[in-house]
Amino acid sequence: MTQPTYTEHHPRWLRQRISTYWWLGKWAYTKFILRELSSLSVAWFVGYLLVMVRRIGESEASYRAFLERATHPVLLTLDVIAFLFIVFHALTWFAVAPQAIVAHVGKKRVAPAVIAVSHYAAWIVVSALVAWLLLRR
Amino acid sequence: MQVTRYRPEVETDTTVEEYEVPCPRDWVVLDGLNYVKDQLDGTLSYRWSCRMGVCGSCGMMVNGEPKLTCATFLADYAPGPVKVEPLRNFPVIRDLVVELGDFMRKLVAVKPWIVRSEEKSVSEGEYLQTPDELEEYKQYSMCINCMLCYAACPIYGLDPQFIGPAAIALAQRYNLDSRDEGSAERLAVLSQHEGIWGCTFVGECTQVCPKHVDPAGAIQRYKLTAAMDWAKSFVMPKGAGSRST
Amino acid sequence: MATTRKRPIEPLLWMLFSAGGMASALLMPVLVYLFALAVPLEWIPAPSYVHVRAVVVHPLTRLVFFGVCMLSLFHWAHRFKYTLYDGLQIKHLTELINTICYGGAVVGTVIAAYVLWRV
Repeated sequence: MTQPTYTEHHPRWLRQRISTYWWLGKWAYTKFILRELSSLSVAWFVGYLLVMVRRIGESEASYRAFLERATHPVLLTLDVIAFLFIVFHALTWFAVAPQAIVAHVGKKRVAPAVIAVSHYAAWIVVSALVAWLLLRR
Repeated sequence: MQVTRYRPEVETDTTVEEYEVPCPRDWVVLDGLNYVKDQLDGTLSYRWSCRMGVCGSCGMMVNGEPKLTCATFLADYAPGPVKVEPLRNFPVIRDLVVELGDFMRKLVAVKPWIVRSEEKSVSEGEYLQTPDELEEYKQYSMCINCMLCYAACPIYGLDPQFIGPAAIALAQRYNLDSRDEGSAERLAVLSQHEGIWGCTFVGECTQVCPKHVDPAGAIQRYKLTAAMDWAKSFVMPKGAGSRST
Repeated sequence: MATTRKRPIEPLLWMLFSAGGMASALLMPVLVYLFALAVPLEWIPAPSYVHVRAVVVHPLTRLVFFGVCMLSLFHWAHRFKYTLYDGLQIKHLTELINTICYGGAVVGTVIAAYVLWRV
């Protein structure tokens, strides 16, 4: 290591490099990266559901085979983990909605709590509607 | 206290020196640093001023978290040790002193002042503002430029070109001020890639802000404003100087 | 001073990301719960094939589902791109990343359109 030089009126500033594992340094950062990675499970299930729709279109046997294969231990484990990530995505999305969405009714500001409750209410209503639509008969 | 030292004239990296300081109930980390400088090691360099949380000078990393050292009690860390490091994501000049030029330039770039096409003359009286209009931007006016948010923001650490939380929050403070007419000018700066779009809403800036400014919220709101403005520009090419939401 | 700036694309990509995030947050959990867990594992009595097919084939279902797929894919693309930038610090590979992410989303959207058209 050579002797560092010091030039008067021009000291050497130290710029510290960010580690590749910066996101492991603090739980808040790790949680952030996990939240971002949940988008992978969103993409995964787009694929899963499209395959399922295709099988439904083919024949009953095809559809039943699809559901049967879904119980395969490896696929099932993957789906359970991905499902947990999807729920995590939904929860974190609704948690930050009040921070990001500022609405006004006339001149008055809508309370953040109202924004939050609206989102969860919409979630419940939409889920109930979809379930009812699909499970009627 | 385990205090980071960096003396560019004799070393190329930081070292850590340990100092034993008293810990009265009402002492803050800044008091500890002042004790070190007064009694133990006069060569320690650091910034401080008001010691009451309004000037924004004394921001440092305390046990890895960005804190105002004048507002962080030593007793909370007793018996210690307490790690004191220079504010993260900024170049270190010496010991605990960091280079803030980058932020200063970015702050100026967002024009943090009332911009009007025509100023009222003094004889015409003051600009009137209702309490509701004040509420719209008051939260963002609380920023003391302490830069704890920049230390907490991993995006700023990874990409120093990112304009950063405080600059955007301060832009919003003026965008949302009913007396201001400068939204369009600020949008030109902030709609660049290293403006608001670099932000991925980690949210840590809001967590560490000592003045509850909520820069993360300001940024997300501004993304929506900028997006609306962009969409409008297809319908109305002139985009009549939109008011931010 | 008026300058002719080229139209930025970020606002559009962010809006797709936002819409996709909302759509997937509202709709995916229930769909996944039903068709990846509850029905295959027989936690609930399976709906009849005739009924499921009737719902899926309905033009409105196909349209809405296409919308959800497209938005969700662009949501993934945008989010994953930034995760690669920030998590792995490979921002210098930006052209490659953009191609993989948004290109992937476009390909996925086309596939979704095809599948739903030909159900």
